[in-house]
Amino acid sequence: MKASAFSYIRPTTIDDALALLAQYGEQAKVLSGGQSLMPALNLRLSAPEWLVDIGGLSDLRTIAVSRGLLRIGALARHVDVLKSADVAEHAPLLADAMVHVAHPAIRNKGTMGGNLAHADPASEMPACMIALDAVIVVRSRAGERRLQARDFFIGIYETALAAEELLVAVEIPVANQNSVRFFHEYARRNGDYAIVGLAASATLDGGSFADLRLGFFAVGDRPLLATAARHLIGRPVTAAMLAEAQAALEAELDPQEDQQAPVAMRKHLARQLLALCVATLLGRADLEARRSA
Amino acid sequence: MTAPVAVSLTVNGERIDAQVLPRLNLADFLREHLGLTGTHVGCEHGVCGACTVRVDGDIVRACLLLAVQTHNASVETIEGLSDSGEVADLQAAFCNRNALQCGYCTPGMLMAAQDLLRQNAAPDRAQIREHLSGNYCRCTGYHAIIDAVEATALARRGEQP
Ligand SMILES: Cc1cc2nc3c(=O)[nH]c(=O)nc-3n(C[C@H](O)[C@H](O)[C@H](O)COP(=O)(O)OP(=O)(O)OC[C@H]3O[C@@H](n4cnc5c(N)ncnc54)[C@H](O)[C@@H]3O)c2cc1C
Ligand code: FES
Ligand code: FES
Repeated sequence: MKASAFSYIRPTTIDDALALLAQYGEQAKVLSGGQSLMPALNLRLSAPEWLVDIGGLSDLRTIAVSRGLLRIGALARHVDVLKSADVAEHAPLLADAMVHVAHPAIRNKGTMGGNLAHADPASEMPACMIALDAVIVVRSRAGERRLQARDFFIGIYETALAAEELLVAVEIPVANQNSVRFFHEYARRNGDYAIVGLAASATLDGGSFADLRLGFFAVGDRPLLATAARHLIGRPVTAAMLAEAQAALEAELDPQEDQQAPVAMRKHLARQLLALCVATLLGRADLEARRSA
Repeated sequence: MTAPVAVSLTVNGERIDAQVLPRLNLADFLREHLGLTGTHVGCEHGVCGACTVRVDGDIVRACLLLAVQTHNASVETIEGLSDSGEVADLQAAFCNRNALQCGYCTPGMLMAAQDLLRQNAAPDRAQIREHLSGNYCRCTGYHAIIDAVEATALARRGEQP
């Protein structure tokens, strides 16, 4: 199908973009990489009167590190994140995850800001952001707001962004020497949206977790920062602790049934991922036995 | 305005000045306004890859890009890559290995395969599959396509298959 008619405008400064969003409100849609918006327009799931193309706001393209924070501009494309030396060094979880996001031709256009603003519950980046305790920076004419990633995602395709706000960047605390990460997703094909996935970031203290942040995706209406992690922190992990954590995890999950997988399968796969994650991060093959439990 | 907008771009090296409606996507612009029908349209929502073209050197989905967004850009289509001879060996390998049947996916496959070979002269089969994972083929079952790309990579490196 073809998109219905709209008017198109391409501001060249952030201030102009924010003024346009303030003026048109709900009648406008921000166009970034277009890799989620254009399908929605072509399928006529969305029919805005105005498209505000932010592709010309080159200030938003930068990836940089300063004062312990990796800042990724909203217009950094998936391929830029994938190839960034700063990302590889300071937030390698993102590079691990990005290879699972769509396909090369889509990664050449899709942007970090668009991906996070789109808030697909099966999407990798939102889960990485909650695992990495990122801050999402949004701006309107009224000023800037800084939101914890876990407060930003509020439902299926729903975020805390207001119509007149632009997501401008995401800020991630840089990984330290004891940081380890895990990423794995179950998908039918390379590049497809996940059936269930886990992006995790942890701090090790000897053979234990000093901290463990588990970002599950495709397990509910938004990425889940699993509180089940508390069963695994501060002491050497035993099979009994892992079993307790798996049970706690299952209680937190609220997966959807869709053509990809029924609810029970998603819950099962999430438990498997938790065991795989803990066994991998601690180098404890014995705990992987919990996968088939 | 929903009225036409002026755009200037180059398509296969040739300068084009046109008036386009904002909602017109690049695939339709190439096919219907410029008569470049080698860029195919399958799904119109990014999943099949039949519309793959190069914009400023990067492969993209022409169905997910507005023609107005290509103002000042350099667009290359399968016609451009064929006429310049850039993919002649890849095309020959596709024929030799029966890597096409109906041919609907072929322009997009060639664009994606050539993109891989420009970035990686010695891809293994898994890397070829990964790079072509966004391109559907409903006829060949993919193996012959992977074979053709692998054979072209070998030949370009001066090695025997
Ligand atoms: C075939 C296919 C497969 C895909 N597979 C995956 C996958 O496996 N995993 C995955 O995560 N994604 C996948 N995607 C989606 C892809 O990652 C998109 O690029 C991404 O979701 C949206 O980014 P964009 O820059 O293209 O945003 P756009 O499509 O331009 O915008 C998306 C939404 O966000 C809004 N928006 C964009 N930028 C901003 C901003 N700065 N501030 C406020 N609002 C904004 C837009 O108004 C729109 O509502 C896939 C897409 C396709 C077509
Ligand atoms: S027509 Fe563009 S991806 Fe299918
Ligand atoms: S040859 Fe027919 S779709 Fe690929």
